[in-house]
Amino acid sequence: MSTVLIIEQILNGLQFGVMLFLMAAGLTLIFGVMGLINLAHGSLYMVGAFAAAAVAASTGSFLLALAASLAAAAIVGAVVELVVIRRLYDRDHLDQVLATFALILIFSESTRWLFGSFPLFLDVPKALSGTVTLPGGIAYSSYRLMIILVGVAVAIGLFLLISKTRIGMRIRAGENDREMIGALGVDISKLYTLVFALGAALAGLSGALVGAIQSVQVGMGEPVLILAFVVIVIGGIGSIKGALVGALLVGLTDTLGRVMLPLFFANFMEQSSATSVGSSLASMSIYILMAAVLIFKPTGLFGRA
Amino acid sequence: MKIKSILLAAVSVAALASSAIAEGHGKLKVGMITTLSGGGAGLGIDVRDGFMLAIKESGNDNVEVVIEDDQQKPDIAVQLADKMIQSEKVDVMTGIIWSNLAMAVVPSAVAQGKFYLSPNAGPSALAGKACNPNYFNVAWQNDNLHEAAGAYATEAGLKNSFIMAPNYPAGQDALNGYKRFYKGELAGEVFTKLGQTDYAAEIAQIRASGADSVYFFLPGGMGISFMKQYAGSGVDIPLIGPAFSFDQGILQAVGDAALGVKNTSQWGKDLDNETNVAFVKTFQAEYGRLPSLYASQGFDTANLLLSAMGKADVKDADAFRAALKEADFKSTRGDFSFGNNNHPIQDIYVREVIKEGDVFTNKIIGTALKDHADAFATECDM
Repeated sequence: MSTVLIIEQILNGLQFGVMLFLMAAGLTLIFGVMGLINLAHGSLYMVGAFAAAAVAASTGSFLLALAASLAAAAIVGAVVELVVIRRLYDRDHLDQVLATFALILIFSESTRWLFGSFPLFLDVPKALSGTVTLPGGIAYSSYRLMIILVGVAVAIGLFLLISKTRIGMRIRAGENDREMIGALGVDISKLYTLVFALGAALAGLSGALVGAIQSVQVGMGEPVLILAFVVIVIGGIGSIKGALVGALLVGLTDTLGRVMLPLFFANFMEQSSATSVGSSLASMSIYILMAAVLIFKPTGLFGRA
Repeated sequence: MKIKSILLAAVSVAALASSAIAEGHGKLKVGMITTLSGGGAGLGIDVRDGFMLAIKESGNDNVEVVIEDDQQKPDIAVQLADKMIQSEKVDVMTGIIWSNLAMAVVPSAVAQGKFYLSPNAGPSALAGKACNPNYFNVAWQNDNLHEAAGAYATEAGLKNSFIMAPNYPAGQDALNGYKRFYKGELAGEVFTKLGQTDYAAEIAQIRASGADSVYFFLPGGMGISFMKQYAGSGVDIPLIGPAFSFDQGILQAVGDAALGVKNTSQWGKDLDNETNVAFVKTFQAEYGRLPSLYASQGFDTANLLLSAMGKADVKDADAFRAALKEADFKSTRGDFSFGNNNHPIQDIYVREVIKEGDVFTNKIIGTALKDHADAFATECDM
């Protein structure tokens, strides 16, 4: 395998990791601040993608579509927090899982009711539809490059928000001690709605970004949700930095595993069984990674004990 | 509006005619288990709509159809089948889309003396060793469309294919089916994860492989993701696939990225026979969308059932079985007959994705395999 191909695959791994990070950041933020396991996060991802597809179809503008995905997911997130999630903070995790699982079913069926069962059309904007040539002669999809940049921007933005702003200070305080920050006069319920809407907006944005190169359909959120959970478990639940590192690790492991393992087995096996064994093992690789991390660091890479 | 009312009149005349034929035979209850919710719902909805359209057109009041949603889960399909057999007491079952669900339901249903007409799934076991006189497949054996694609690739002079499918039984069957009729070299063979949505790594491999064609079987959302990403990658090696990734529902979501792709199917909306022309028109008038191959399969399944009802009473199982086997109905595919294992013998076509006005659709450009039966028929001792 040539060096150029390996570099391209590493880029692909990074880009997949960044996509996972956008999803995992909101999930880990919500868990860290409110202690809530939100299975419906995948549904917010779907809401973002559908909103983007609907707006792109009627206006033809990809930027408006992205804005719509952020707005729709944030609004839906805020409403869900006010109506349902608010009642779940004091319950145990099993109740939260049950209630948010019910939300998945409600969201899926109402989306089907509104948009029908067939996948919607959402394409990358014309300006980003081709490839760019990177140093070393690698032709790489410009849209995927843009996803990497957006992901990095979101990571920096979140870092600044949490470490430098007043809201970020409150979020950190909320993570440490809910009762105390409430006693100090911060309107904790407003803060929770805000954090939930922020997490939802991130999920919606990633749904729209990813929807343009994947399929916008009912149930699109659940497979990503599982990966996002793997990411936050590896990174340490509640840690944004952990989510970033975890997402990049998962993205690279998955992509490089898919490419390298079949080649590795082909050294001492017949071609078609090497493909089959290699790809079976590759689909386990991220879970093996998760198990290995948990053996050495039971709270995840950046988790608190 | 005018065309619609003429069509409706035509339909009701046809309905009167066929109800007159059906009179004199007893009632029949159909249990349809299909996928109506979740990511795979588009297929089940098309099968159901095609099936119900045929029943409605026939005007036959003696057919009662019970429809249930299996949510694409084998355990739910089994529960529904038990309920339909034991409490609903259906005579004939149909509707299942996915092979793994069919394998969970069909063997026990036919063992209990029910008829099963498959409108979609055709796992190799049920065509070969586990074939059953009460099991009829009205669609295809799973390998058929892939075999046709292999035959097309050989005929088109392609010498170096890169082949790709998800790592699950139907995916492995797909690649085996392609290889059975493809005579060239393989530039690469890749199994992807089932449900995978990001194909950047595979596309990079395709780019580096030096292939002259790419054959891929990625049903549903997987195919949409792959084609969009492939189009954006700048790789221009021609794609070939089975019709499953190119049905009406999927094409609209893929858009321009699918234009020009060759795919193989036993049906196409432009097949020029009387039944098909009428079917495409009435389906559009009734549901406001173009039919897919799944809809045509549902439509054919119902018409096969109606034809058997016209000849025999379902309570006389031997006579009804013989009536089904005759396949004396007007198929949307034109010629249609059953082989020894109750699977279709039919032509399989090559189609090309084109744009008609604003709608993406398929156009038949040739025949890949004529009167094609399946590779497992010899293993079936019927």
